[in-house]
Amino acid sequence: MISRRDFMQVAMAASAIYGGSSFGNWARLAAQQAMSQDDLLSFDTFGNVSLIHLTDIHAQLKPIYFREPEINLGVGGNKGEVPHITGADFRKFYGIEDGSPSHYALTYNDFASLAKGYGRMGGLDRIATVIKAIRADRPDAILLDGGDTWHGSYGCYKTQGQDVVNAMALLKPDAMTFHWEFTLGSERLLELVRDLPFAALGQNIYDAEWDEPAEDFAPYTWFERGGVKIAVIGQAFPYMPIANPGWMFPEFSFGIRDEAMQERVDEVRAEGAELVVLLSHNGFDVDKKMAGQVKGIDVILSGHTHDALPEPVVIGDTIIIASGSNGKFVSRVDLDVREGRMMGFRHKLIPIFSDVIAPDAEVAAQIEADRAPFKSDLEEVIGDADGLLYRRGNFNGTWDDLICNALLEEREADIALSPGVRWGPSILPGQPITREDIWNVTSMSYPNAYRTEMTGEFLKIVMEDVADNIFNPDPYYQQGGDMVRIGGMGYRIDITKPQGSRISDMTLLKTGESIDPAKSYVVAGWASVNEGTEGPPIWDVVEAYIRRKGTVNVTPNETVTVVTG
Amino acid sequence: MNFTRREALVLGAGAAVLVSLPFKASAEIPMVGAVDEFTGGAAVGTGDVSLTAPEIAENGNTVPIEVSAPGATEVRVYAMGNPTPGVAVFKFGPLAAAQSAATRIRLAGTQEVVAIAKMADGSFVKDSKEVKVTIGGCGG
Repeated sequence: MISRRDFMQVAMAASAIYGGSSFGNWARLAAQQAMSQDDLLSFDTFGNVSLIHLTDIHAQLKPIYFREPEINLGVGGNKGEVPHITGADFRKFYGIEDGSPSHYALTYNDFASLAKGYGRMGGLDRIATVIKAIRADRPDAILLDGGDTWHGSYGCYKTQGQDVVNAMALLKPDAMTFHWEFTLGSERLLELVRDLPFAALGQNIYDAEWDEPAEDFAPYTWFERGGVKIAVIGQAFPYMPIANPGWMFPEFSFGIRDEAMQERVDEVRAEGAELVVLLSHNGFDVDKKMAGQVKGIDVILSGHTHDALPEPVVIGDTIIIASGSNGKFVSRVDLDVREGRMMGFRHKLIPIFSDVIAPDAEVAAQIEADRAPFKSDLEEVIGDADGLLYRRGNFNGTWDDLICNALLEEREADIALSPGVRWGPSILPGQPITREDIWNVTSMSYPNAYRTEMTGEFLKIVMEDVADNIFNPDPYYQQGGDMVRIGGMGYRIDITKPQGSRISDMTLLKTGESIDPAKSYVVAGWASVNEGTEGPPIWDVVEAYIRRKGTVNVTPNETVTVVTG
Repeated sequence: MNFTRREALVLGAGAAVLVSLPFKASAEIPMVGAVDEFTGGAAVGTGDVSLTAPEIAENGNTVPIEVSAPGATEVRVYAMGNPTPGVAVFKFGPLAAAQSAATRIRLAGTQEVVAIAKMADGSFVKDSKEVKVTIGGCGG
């Protein structure tokens, strides 16, 4: 008799052989210039249930370039563990050939040159084609949207999420959870949520006043597929009122609430769930810890931290799937559920190469219809990029260096702060920068570029606070963003130290002097979570700067020294 | 029975007596006092008491906490980093249906919150949670 664990390993082996062949094939086929849609989609349908996971698209309805991180450090027990490996280490770990499509899709090296060969990724019309193909294999596949869907573009901002809602509706999701959607403000969010023809989930979305589950969101929903009773539990981003402006959605409270999660799992198991799926916006390390704390979850579909992993991570009897961001990937997970248990799985992280996968005509037409009113504004060229502009990584990326430079010059500040968000596509060297591109890295409902004075002491407190949100060794205390990006000031960070002693050697770059704790500095920044923040929207500041420069040139930032112990 | 928290709070009021700060020592309701005053220096083990609190407070001025200690006669809550650590006393009479209670507390900063339960046999058990109070920032 084979135990459940053996079955999982057998399935893993089968999956690895399968995955291996398809990964290998891409490289060979790409070399022959023959990568095809069928190759990308081929999948031996397995078991009796299929899940499709799409997450963190950040309103990127059109194909984009998105460079994965170079620096993505893990701390505590997660040091050096997936997803905290990058570049050549990542390729070696997953057996990815240098120069292959997977190299381009999943790692940062040689990004600009590979991007010219392999083209843009994503596009909701291409994603629609993939979802339709999966449904052709398995008509009752369950499509789950992990959130950060209705945020992150010009069109999404101008239509308050409507353009994304319209396009997503054609994909017919079965359930969704949330994060940045709340920054539309509660009124608009609830207007959209109440009209959804599918479940809006979040077992951790509470009524702030009464500290009990919020009425507009369900903790879980049920499906019956292939004779299997399936419960999908939702988990919204736990730290919304802390990482984002809580005053925009004061009626709601969140938190990790893993005791409540265990109660929900026990509840659905008692009601006969044979498969328990968690649609999560926790972030990967939080999900990994939760898989160890909460018993009885079979599959976690993990979002928030934008990790794209070609294989599931197995924690006990739980598999965790990470499906990337910005529309670059869709995960398909086939499961064999029998006798009330998950016996095995087969998984594929499907890369959305936009030049290979044909756009779905209906979704493409919907996207174009919603772009039409803004088309000339979106496509206006503001300037050119001299080098690669990217954001993702634990510390300053070139896009944020550009934004910080814009803040320093346009707002005449000593020091600039830019939030460590993980969304925002990349721009290739020589590529024209359009207004749409600027909004893709700045669009949000609290964009005001403030100008204020901060003492050196307060600046250190801010940096220590943000650093602890990333590098606290306990994932439950992490918020899933990257380090605040700094312009005009260098510093040293030792990520192994506790809060209060990670940051040192703060230096004002324009004078080379050490930051004086007692002295006040003029600081410009954006994305403050405080109500009533004043200043022009950040996209206007960046546009004025790029227009003035014509061609923007960002020199490599060597002002942050990182000590990893 | 299917009570919501709102209803349970009202129903529970008869069973649990809640004493919250701020009360001066001269107030008629007894102060929570220091840990030693409660335990009389007895050893405090771990056991059937659980404290539920957020890992990171959404607002340090009003942090929801919940204590549950089946079989306890009294539970005291201490915010170890507050200027006055004693925060709340919950006493459970013999007719209390459940030895659990919820309230909100104010935290001066990131710190350990401790719940100590006095069991019916006079022994003490505790549970604690690190609650972080942050200035907020920018999540991805």
